[in-house]
Amino acid sequence: MADQASAARAAVLRLARVGKRYAADRPAVLDGIDLEVAEGDYLAIMGESGVGKSTLLNLLAGLDRADSGRVLLDGIDLSTLDDDATTLLRRRAVGFVFQAFHVLPYLTVRQNVALPLELLGVPAAAQRQRTLQMLAALGIETLAGRLPRELSGGELQRIAIARALVHKPRVLLADEPTGNLDPRTAAQMLAVLRAQIKAHAAAGVLITHSRMAAETADRILILGPRGLKAEERR
Amino acid sequence: MGRRRASGGALRVWRLLLSSQWREQPALPAVTVLAIGLGVALAASIYLVNGAALRQFTQATRRLVGQADVIVRGPPDGFADSLFVALAHDPGVRIASPMLEVDAALPGHAGALRVLGIDPFRAARMQSALIAGLGAHPADLFQSNGIYLSSEAAQRLRLARGDTLTVIVGDAPRRLEVLGILPTAAYPQALGLMDIASAQWIFDRLGRLNRIDLRLRDGRDPAAFRAALARRLPPGVLAVAPQRERNRARAATRAYRVNLNMLALVALWSGAFLVFSTQSLSVLRRRSSLALLRALGVTRGQLRLALAGEGAAMGALGALLGVGGGALLAAALLRLLTGNLGNAAPSAAGAALGAQPWALCGFFAVGVLVSAFGAWLPARAAARRPPARALKGGDGDGDGGAAASAGLRLGIGLGVLGIALALLPPVARLPLFGYASIAALLFGAVLLVPSLTVRLLDALPRTGRVVFDTAMAQLRENVALSTLSLASIIVSFSLMVAMAIMVYSFRVSFERWLTKLLPADIQMRVPPDNDTAFWSARDQARIAATPGIARIEFRRTRQILLDAAHAPVALIARDLTPASAASVLPIVQRARGASHAQPPPAWISEALEDRYGYRPGATLALPLAGRMQPFTVAGVWRDYAHPNGSIVVQRSTYLAATGDASATAGSIWLAPGAGAAAVAARVRADFAPGAPLEIRTSGAVREHSLQIFDRAFAITYALEAIAVLIGLAGVGFAANSTALARRAEFGMLRHIGMRRRQIIGLLADEGVVLSALGVLYGLLLGVGLSLVLVYVINRQSFDWSIDLAVPVWPLAALGAILVAAAAAAAVFSGRAAVGEDAVRAVREDW
Repeated sequence: MADQASAARAAVLRLARVGKRYAADRPAVLDGIDLEVAEGDYLAIMGESGVGKSTLLNLLAGLDRADSGRVLLDGIDLSTLDDDATTLLRRRAVGFVFQAFHVLPYLTVRQNVALPLELLGVPAAAQRQRTLQMLAALGIETLAGRLPRELSGGELQRIAIARALVHKPRVLLADEPTGNLDPRTAAQMLAVLRAQIKAHAAAGVLITHSRMAAETADRILILGPRGLKAEERR
Repeated sequence: MGRRRASGGALRVWRLLLSSQWREQPALPAVTVLAIGLGVALAASIYLVNGAALRQFTQATRRLVGQADVIVRGPPDGFADSLFVALAHDPGVRIASPMLEVDAALPGHAGALRVLGIDPFRAARMQSALIAGLGAHPADLFQSNGIYLSSEAAQRLRLARGDTLTVIVGDAPRRLEVLGILPTAAYPQALGLMDIASAQWIFDRLGRLNRIDLRLRDGRDPAAFRAALARRLPPGVLAVAPQRERNRARAATRAYRVNLNMLALVALWSGAFLVFSTQSLSVLRRRSSLALLRALGVTRGQLRLALAGEGAAMGALGALLGVGGGALLAAALLRLLTGNLGNAAPSAAGAALGAQPWALCGFFAVGVLVSAFGAWLPARAAARRPPARALKGGDGDGDGGAAASAGLRLGIGLGVLGIALALLPPVARLPLFGYASIAALLFGAVLLVPSLTVRLLDALPRTGRVVFDTAMAQLRENVALSTLSLASIIVSFSLMVAMAIMVYSFRVSFERWLTKLLPADIQMRVPPDNDTAFWSARDQARIAATPGIARIEFRRTRQILLDAAHAPVALIARDLTPASAASVLPIVQRARGASHAQPPPAWISEALEDRYGYRPGATLALPLAGRMQPFTVAGVWRDYAHPNGSIVVQRSTYLAATGDASATAGSIWLAPGAGAAAVAARVRADFAPGAPLEIRTSGAVREHSLQIFDRAFAITYALEAIAVLIGLAGVGFAANSTALARRAEFGMLRHIGMRRRQIIGLLADEGVVLSALGVLYGLLLGVGLSLVLVYVINRQSFDWSIDLAVPVWPLAALGAILVAAAAAAAVFSGRAAVGEDAVRAVREDW
């Protein structure tokens, strides 16, 4: 049902027969991967450690290059772009949430969230307005002037989510976003993440080991040695 | 549009990085800024002081040369004035101006006063600016025994119009009346102006001249005239182009100026290396933040520009401080120098500094460029690093092995290049290849560090002590970080070692030279650097008859002009034979197979060999008493007293050739039981007060000479201390940055049960091993660099050799202090890093 619905919408992310190998004398990490993610579609990818989940995420974001096949982001084949063009596309179209939060310790919460807008050259007034809007949406507007070292893990991850969506990206990529959080905070965070993806009509890809986290997505794919397979929903 | 937006983005990223850098660790960029500032200040002040001194000298020379097309120069004792008559009647000559130039000895003053005897009417058409200083009545100069003084000379000698100036001629005082003081604008240095006839009378040079300035008729080619004239001139008299006169001072001081500038450049490059080192560490420490920026859409180019911009910004701030500090330092130095000359007039410093805004802008630009260059390599490396791995938390260097092997190849290549460059001859009498050799060896050695470090650390056996073994494993794994920590010690310590060895070698050689040249108990001389004071044969006989003297030897030193392109050289006539030469002169080369049929022997200094190309065994013609007298170069000797070169001949030969039995120096061997002080007092008592006699024991002369030596090299010692401080700062920052970057590792070690004391011990072990390696490399490299300094740069710059001597114990002590300081820095930084909450440290693992 969800598959049918997403197929009806435009594909924001598309992988066609994608392969990746780190060394000639080692087996391929990914081989013949096909995937489509449409706008508003929220997808979870699970798999055992070392199976290539993070590699897949890096290929989706253009942080790494596929050895074979094509990766299309917003209809653009990443293999046709040089590093600068890929970076500029990522700047505009991708938002990230990491397990380790990755907020800059020397910037305030507001500055951290505004970073993508700053890089996009958004005028200061618009930046301020949009940043405060995101902080409010995530319930952390009172923390705007604080430095990251004064905050809890849950608060830091909210900042990361706000930063990932502040510039209204086409794709949100989340790599184990609840890995460093306690179960209660993790559940809150996953709910916020889903709500924000839906509110922004972005395409969301969640990489996780956690069944509970994966359950919050529209669909779950399992990455294994034989590629990506849709999980039978119980 | 896109490009503009991208550059705007780079600016924003730069602002972000720079502010974070300053906020996080303000001491690191602050000291880097100071190091750059110091280098720029040294370079700028040396340039400004040299420039001011040279400008003053050039102005003085220009005044003296005036509008002459050709200058005919003879030896100090001159040539017959019939030459002037002949030249004045030459059809090609429009004006001929006769002169007698004398460096007159002054009683009670160390230096001589240059006195110019002129025909004011002829000189007015040649040196108009100078003669204009005499005012409306140049004929006043004709007053018998009268002299005009330049304002500099009047201030230095504290004389005014109507006062009496005493000069020494032979051993007797002669009195001159000061007729007036020239305005400062007329001549900037110390000078006396006399009527030529009066000067010839006063200085016992009747019928003698030693300079004739010629202005040629229109259409005459000065070069062709000079060439034709040279064939007609008596031996020892040369026709010189005015340009040569103007350039002589510039050429004579060029090696010193270039070496001082190089010294300043070393300081500047040390600063640049500190920028490289701190930026590299800073990039390593911020690798996750930088990776995040890349993930968020900062391009490689933007990151590269932003990080290089950080270095350039530090450079700009440092260079600004340096240019300001350099100008102030130059002003202070000029004022100090002026003060020493007894000049209470406003210093020339202000004018000199105000006149050189472009030079200051140049030094500012050099400071910025050097810093940007230092920051560029780490910026490029940071931009190349794939962000995905750093975001995942990869802590190790990763590519350390590849970098080590690439560095090994390049390092060996640069080392070979450095050795090859050291073997090349000077360029325009400057050791440019020597400096290039130092740079190649230094960079090559630094590039070899990773590879050598890996090999040495691999060779260390496991001790079974968990703390030490863990420390060594960490050093092996993070070879890039270890290398950066090492490199700052290696660069500063090796430069310091090289300079210390060079100065020590020079000092030891100088001391040996003094011992060889001062074998007697007492040394005496007339005041040096003048043409007028000497002891007659009667004076010498009187001194020799002084009770308590077992043996006495007199020497005569005078200046002779061998080549118009070079400054006059010292001719020293003394009692020696070919057999005894090696025992009284520090001979470095000897002629083989001397025969009695050859002309009499002469021993030339190394400068003569280098500048004139004379070799042992060759025949050398010296202008003596108006004739060219042939000599055989019997050997080459080391002479630190006459930078323009010297020639020693046997006194008997000199006497036979010239009939000049006068002497300017002597050595006294005491009779058994005679006291040096008593004999010296007796000799002194034989001379009238103010007579030209300086008499001291050889020990006192040696001590005084070494004091002067140490004072001259005080700036080198200061620079060495600064180099070590910069190196220590580098070690401290490296320790601090490394400790901060490893907070998570320490947190983990605390989690698994390692005590704080053990972690600090681990850091101390790392610090000791790293700094010991650094000091060892630095010592070896420093010895290598010192060979280039001693045998290439010194030899080619100053035309004298020195023997290599290594100050083993001081260097060992300094090395030990550096190792201890590095260990202390590691422990101090470790305390701060493990002082934080371990759980939080682990959480911040990125």
